[in-house]
Amino acid sequence: MYSYTDFDAAFLKERNAQFRAQVERRIDGSLTEDEFKPLRLMNGLYLQLHAYMLRVAIPYGTLNSRQMHKLADIADKWDKGYGHFTTRQNIQYNWPKLRDVPDMLDALAEVDMHAIQTSGNTIRNVTADHFAGAAADEIADPRPVAELIRQWSTDHPEFQFLPRKFKVAVTGSPNDRAVTRAHDIGLRMVTRDGEAGFEVIVGGGLGRTPMIGKVIREFLPRADLLPYLEAIVSVYNLLGRRDNKYKARIKITVHENGLDDFRARVEERFALIRPQFTGVDQQMLSAIEAEFAPPVFRDAPVTAFEDARRHYPAFRSWADTNLTEHRAAGYAIVTVSLKAHGATPGDATSAQMRLMADLAKRYGHDELRISHEQNVILPHVHKSDLPSVYSALAAAGLGTANVGLISDIIACPGMDYCALATARSIPIAQEIATRFEELKLEHDIGPLKIKISGCINACGHHHVGHIGILGLDRAGVENYQITLGGDSTEDAAIGTRAGPGFSAEDIIPAIERLVRAYLELRSEPAETFLQTYRRLGLEPFKAALYPEARANAA
Amino acid sequence: MARVFTPKVVTANALLEGDVIYQTATGWTGDLAEAEVLTDEADADLRLIEAAQQTGHVVGAYLMDVDLSTESPQPAHFREAFRARGPSNYIHGKQEVARNV
Repeated sequence: MYSYTDFDAAFLKERNAQFRAQVERRIDGSLTEDEFKPLRLMNGLYLQLHAYMLRVAIPYGTLNSRQMHKLADIADKWDKGYGHFTTRQNIQYNWPKLRDVPDMLDALAEVDMHAIQTSGNTIRNVTADHFAGAAADEIADPRPVAELIRQWSTDHPEFQFLPRKFKVAVTGSPNDRAVTRAHDIGLRMVTRDGEAGFEVIVGGGLGRTPMIGKVIREFLPRADLLPYLEAIVSVYNLLGRRDNKYKARIKITVHENGLDDFRARVEERFALIRPQFTGVDQQMLSAIEAEFAPPVFRDAPVTAFEDARRHYPAFRSWADTNLTEHRAAGYAIVTVSLKAHGATPGDATSAQMRLMADLAKRYGHDELRISHEQNVILPHVHKSDLPSVYSALAAAGLGTANVGLISDIIACPGMDYCALATARSIPIAQEIATRFEELKLEHDIGPLKIKISGCINACGHHHVGHIGILGLDRAGVENYQITLGGDSTEDAAIGTRAGPGFSAEDIIPAIERLVRAYLELRSEPAETFLQTYRRLGLEPFKAALYPEARANAA
Repeated sequence: MARVFTPKVVTANALLEGDVIYQTATGWTGDLAEAEVLTDEADADLRLIEAAQQTGHVVGAYLMDVDLSTESPQPAHFREAFRARGPSNYIHGKQEVARNV
């Protein structure tokens, strides 16, 4: 894992001191709110419905146990004893007081963390595959590149006032777990004739105008990465619209100018600035790569795992859903579900954070990851340790065996917290999970991704959910629209709206009708919801959602 | 014919705590029941201007609609109902304070 250099530590110390002084000047009246707001947003501090909210970056979702412990300590000392992990691999504290925030930032700096560029029209936290460095299907660990991009983009003088926010995701695997096609820039590691490089995707995004990203460069040599990124963002910075907030994202810039025109401008800019990158960035990358050297995996028997799997049904169920194949023999990737049935998706108490940190330290080579699906990953656990890990997790309410299933729901904070929301998301997620737990159907239903957003900005990724739910305000009442057939993977697709929305009371039964229809329609138990949808299209699901319409037409 | 003016309350977030507050005749309160209800449009606009000038205490002042059909003013929109109560997933925010009183 990357550790801060003296330069990083000094930079952060200075930034935190600046912000402390800015907070003091706001409180003593020297700064107005209009003057202070852009300063606090640059440091991740929002003012939400009920309180301030501090969004802390977890670069490419990677944490060590010391950092996780610090997040828990901050939750206890300055918040309400919990944190909310987000769809961009960040953590949010929902209840800080303005005066305490400088102390919170200093505490974060003690463990090489910050909240810089988690808001504002800047390059945001760079996200990556949460199984990076562990997945069996990976070409290379994307995190060194993500760290290089973090260093390049942090406080980049040219990119502090972009037309709009800018999000970058990187994956090192052909199976895209980082939603690269729904980012302003998505990077997929590829090889060509034995040479490592990137497929560069640009102009993806969800929100008001969802778009799947377009390939601007099929193969970019590794050494060209930073100048090429700089060229893209630089072109966008000048060409992107500043007259209309809703047309300011790069997806609109690419759409309005056309990919070919945009690409030509990028290539021209790239040719101009490429000579300025003399190789220092590649030296830095080499140094960063050394810090991400894989752990020394041990060779040990896995009989304890196999015995436990044979004898304990609860363990078997958890192992079947929450483990992913590791690239090292005898190891597994553990996904710890933060989606206990009826709980708030993505929330962890300080006690749970500490437990996960301790398990990572003891059994997991001191590594944790946060996934964009709002779960926590222990990326390197030897299978012989899994029974112990499971027992400890289960005792802390973290043993839910539902990863990838209907109750493993992504949900934004919605109108329970967010000032932008038009409806609540969390209670809908809680009720769906609780309902399908009552029905004991979720393992039979199999892989199914429900994603819920409480407004059109789509933080809950509803467009790419197999079932997407969008909460809106319709004439002063919460109303929920369903989209079907979305996909966040390498086969990314935007879901199709099924029809009129449902009230908060009617949305849960509607989802149940939809899922029961799938169980009737699937050709065999192995055919997933998404496969059935792709085979049959919208109509049979629409009929299940709106039985009265079918009755009226008959 | 004059259009009907929906009664209003000036609301904002407190600068230091960030919590939801309502304007009274003499200051601010965290309890909507104690808020000053404004039934005249010109008066409401004036009170909002006065609130917005108190930048040392409040952030983001605006007028919210209230319903006066019961004894104390009630939020007319569900967003304001959540602001007045707190989140639905935990007993935090104003509902936590209310429970501890």
